[in-house]
Amino acid sequence: MTSSVMTSSQDSATTACDLVCQHLVRAFGAHQAVDDVSFEVPAGRFFSILGPSGCGKTTLLRMLAGFETPDAGDILIQGRSMLPVPPNRRPVNLVFQQLALFPSMTVAENIAYGLKRHKVPASARRQRIDEVLAQVGLDGLGHRQPAALSGGQRQRVALARCLVLRPALLLLDEPLGALDLKLREQMKVELKHLQQAFGTTFVYITHDQSEAMVMSDQVAVMREGRFEQVDTPEALYHDPQTPFVAGFVGDNNQLEGVVERQEGGQVGVRLSGNNLVMAQCLGPAASVGDQVSLFIRPEFIRMTPLSSGSLSADGMQPEGSSMHCQAEVVTTLFDGANSRVELRIGRQTLMARLPQDASSVHFHPGEWVALSWATEKARVFSGWAS
Amino acid sequence: MNKVHHQHARRLSLWLLLTPFVLWIGLLVLLPHLQMLRVSFQVRESWDSVTWGLDQYAHFFTEPYYWRTFLRTGLMSLLTMILTLVVAFPIAWYIARLARGRARGWLFLACLIPFWASELVRTYGWMILLRESGVFSALLQWFGFAPTEMLYNDVAVVVGLVYNGLLFMVVPLVTTLDGLDESLVEAGYDLGGGHFTVMREIVVPWAMPGIVSGCIVVFMLTLGSYLTPTLMGGKDSAWFTQQIFTQFITRFNWEQGAALGILLLLLSSLMIWLGLRLTGQSLRKVMG
Amino acid sequence: MIRSVPHSPWFNRIYGLYLVIFFVYLALPLLMTVVFAFNDSPFPSLPWQGFTLDWFVADPADGTRTGLLHDQGLLSALGNSAMIALWVTLLSVVLGTVNAVLFERLQFRGKELLYLVMLLPLVIPGVILGVSILVFYSGLANHVSNQWGIELDMFRPSMSLVVMGQVSFITTLSTLVIAARLRKFDPHLEEAALNLGATPWVAWFTVTLPWLRPALMGAAAMAFLMSFENFNTTVMLTGSDTPLTVALFNRLREGSTPVLNAVALFLMVASALLALVATRGDKNAEA
Repeated sequence: MTSSVMTSSQDSATTACDLVCQHLVRAFGAHQAVDDVSFEVPAGRFFSILGPSGCGKTTLLRMLAGFETPDAGDILIQGRSMLPVPPNRRPVNLVFQQLALFPSMTVAENIAYGLKRHKVPASARRQRIDEVLAQVGLDGLGHRQPAALSGGQRQRVALARCLVLRPALLLLDEPLGALDLKLREQMKVELKHLQQAFGTTFVYITHDQSEAMVMSDQVAVMREGRFEQVDTPEALYHDPQTPFVAGFVGDNNQLEGVVERQEGGQVGVRLSGNNLVMAQCLGPAASVGDQVSLFIRPEFIRMTPLSSGSLSADGMQPEGSSMHCQAEVVTTLFDGANSRVELRIGRQTLMARLPQDASSVHFHPGEWVALSWATEKARVFSGWAS
Repeated sequence: MNKVHHQHARRLSLWLLLTPFVLWIGLLVLLPHLQMLRVSFQVRESWDSVTWGLDQYAHFFTEPYYWRTFLRTGLMSLLTMILTLVVAFPIAWYIARLARGRARGWLFLACLIPFWASELVRTYGWMILLRESGVFSALLQWFGFAPTEMLYNDVAVVVGLVYNGLLFMVVPLVTTLDGLDESLVEAGYDLGGGHFTVMREIVVPWAMPGIVSGCIVVFMLTLGSYLTPTLMGGKDSAWFTQQIFTQFITRFNWEQGAALGILLLLLSSLMIWLGLRLTGQSLRKVMG
Repeated sequence: MIRSVPHSPWFNRIYGLYLVIFFVYLALPLLMTVVFAFNDSPFPSLPWQGFTLDWFVADPADGTRTGLLHDQGLLSALGNSAMIALWVTLLSVVLGTVNAVLFERLQFRGKELLYLVMLLPLVIPGVILGVSILVFYSGLANHVSNQWGIELDMFRPSMSLVVMGQVSFITTLSTLVIAARLRKFDPHLEEAALNLGATPWVAWFTVTLPWLRPALMGAAAMAFLMSFENFNTTVMLTGSDTPLTVALFNRLREGSTPVLNAVALFLMVASALLALVATRGDKNAEA
């Protein structure tokens, strides 16, 4: 059922793409780590594979690098099948999660390692090392031992060691995982710049959706060995095609309810209490009485205070929408620009972003508010077993 | 096709690496011991004909000199092992838990240094100290006593054997005690334990792998030692290895020597097995 | 018992005294051996007759004393020991490296059992190791000689048999030392080398082997020392080329002279230097 949402790769010309994977399968015993995955990455793109740990993304990456052999399917890099090619002959380089810098060698020797293996003469080698060190901002640090560098600098050495070989494809296995938060934010931006400067095709795997969203041209969301959706970060965020993508990418509220009416692509969902809300419906048409999950992001929820005692004022619902939803404030969570209000509807809780303008109202625990949102911002997936 | 190729390479590298191991362990350890076992069941009829029988083992049990020495060697080794443990434990505890910074390294080094000299040199040192013309005797004479022979008796042998075993007890003890979390000991006191209880209930169980490892090595070394009992022991302090040596080198009676060797091997294996059994340790954990 | 738990001053005093006695016990025999190497007397015992270097350098042509440097018997024994130790070091480090890779990097059926078999030489008394090899190989040589008239001299008590006897147990020790280091190796480093274009062989020699180097040095120093000092296994297998420990033992039974102290001092200094090299290697490994 997920194949319908994947970008089809079979018929398109493969020459423009640096990487084409066709029906890749890899199983460990009874466990399908990678389960019939097909995709392609056009030259010069930053492509991310995003998924929770254990979803098979590392296995997929190791197949690309040649450290795992697929049970079925094919891998084409610049049009050439990689199956008979051993890892050391593939035009692919990998930045390891733990970086795997050779501890017995200096920075320059680490970078020279691949050049030596490719029989680049010493003079050209020295020139290319200086060049790449300058490009990653490590001029003059070639003689240092990797252990004497900071986390961010080691990161750059690992990148330089691969980029100096000018690979067709650079694979990155969560290389930012070991860095602390501040540095990680900085490196995200820097990686993006480096990718643009070198023009190399990047395939980046991560479980951190923010890393994937910030850097990528395209993101594949992976779950249990399969791709759920391959799209631009914006599309993933605003137009998720599966409940998993809706829940995994960005913050989202998930509310359980029953379909009460249906008008074209829109449904009215009855939540617990006397609350009726509207949402866009994806998939086959839902029928009245279906149990569904509704997703609405915190920043799309508008809150209007209700004066105490007048709980049922229908006229309080703005824009004359057919929504009727009231929630009780549980607590407010201050976090600068990301401050939120925790709300309760019946037994379900949800988060709403606090308005950022100075007129921001203070919400007190126990207070009641009316909730509303633009119908197309909320989303119901029918046809998915919950 | 790639997969099959992969498996071939894996199988090949396994065989390449397994061959030296098998040659080493087979040709230098297993086959020689099996042959020794075989020879121990041979009875020589004339210079070029042998039959099979248990005569060599029968000799061992009917000749009191053999089995008494055997028993004596076993018991003395056990005594040496226990003494070494008792002597070494406070030292190991001090190095692992009480000494600070530099002192720790130096004390540990001080324990190591004597073992850079061979057993022969160490034994020679004790001979210079203990014999009638030795240093201790000279000191006693200086105080007006008669010259005293302190060498060539069982006490001297045990002193020398304990000395030889110390390092092999101190190192594993320090290693395990080093890993003991001090808050465990503090918790032991905090919950009302006395010195003795804390020692018995917390420290000793924790150090057990180290204790067993040290004891096995010391017992083994002592049981198989030749130099110290020979050079420091008296006329009555025979050691079982000397009898094996005599059969092989002096009498050329290989069949009898092989039988004695097998018996010594059985004794050491039995003791190691018992030690591991009683303390619930495994050989891999203790030695590897 | 630990620093945070106070003890009576008496306990501390007795503990301190015990430590002092222990270290005196540890140092005294070696100290005496060293001191009497310089005593100007034909016997290594008190009284002190004055300082001399005779026991190292005296030439028998000039007087009655023979110093270590002119004692042909001891010098050739020293040469024999060095020769044996070199071979043992080479063989046991190579075998130990192969074994370490076998047990740390490969998965195969029966590995646990083979590992225990590998540990066996540690729990067999050295005399027995020597005896069994003597019985097997000398017996084989006798048999072949009787049957076919071919002389297999290398299997008679000789240097080669001593090397075989020592390799049988020193290999286990070097395996343990090298395997301990290999266990700490990050296999991703080898993958990184492959990924950068190295063949498996090149990856092994450029990445894994440099990582193992401190352990190889340590194992080599240990193997050399163990071989040089070994007596129990060696004495059963030695032929006419007696190594130093056996030569010293024979001298000692004839009666001791300060030349033996001089040899002992030389051995201690040489071993200390070797041990220093080995621990230096370890230190570098930590960095």
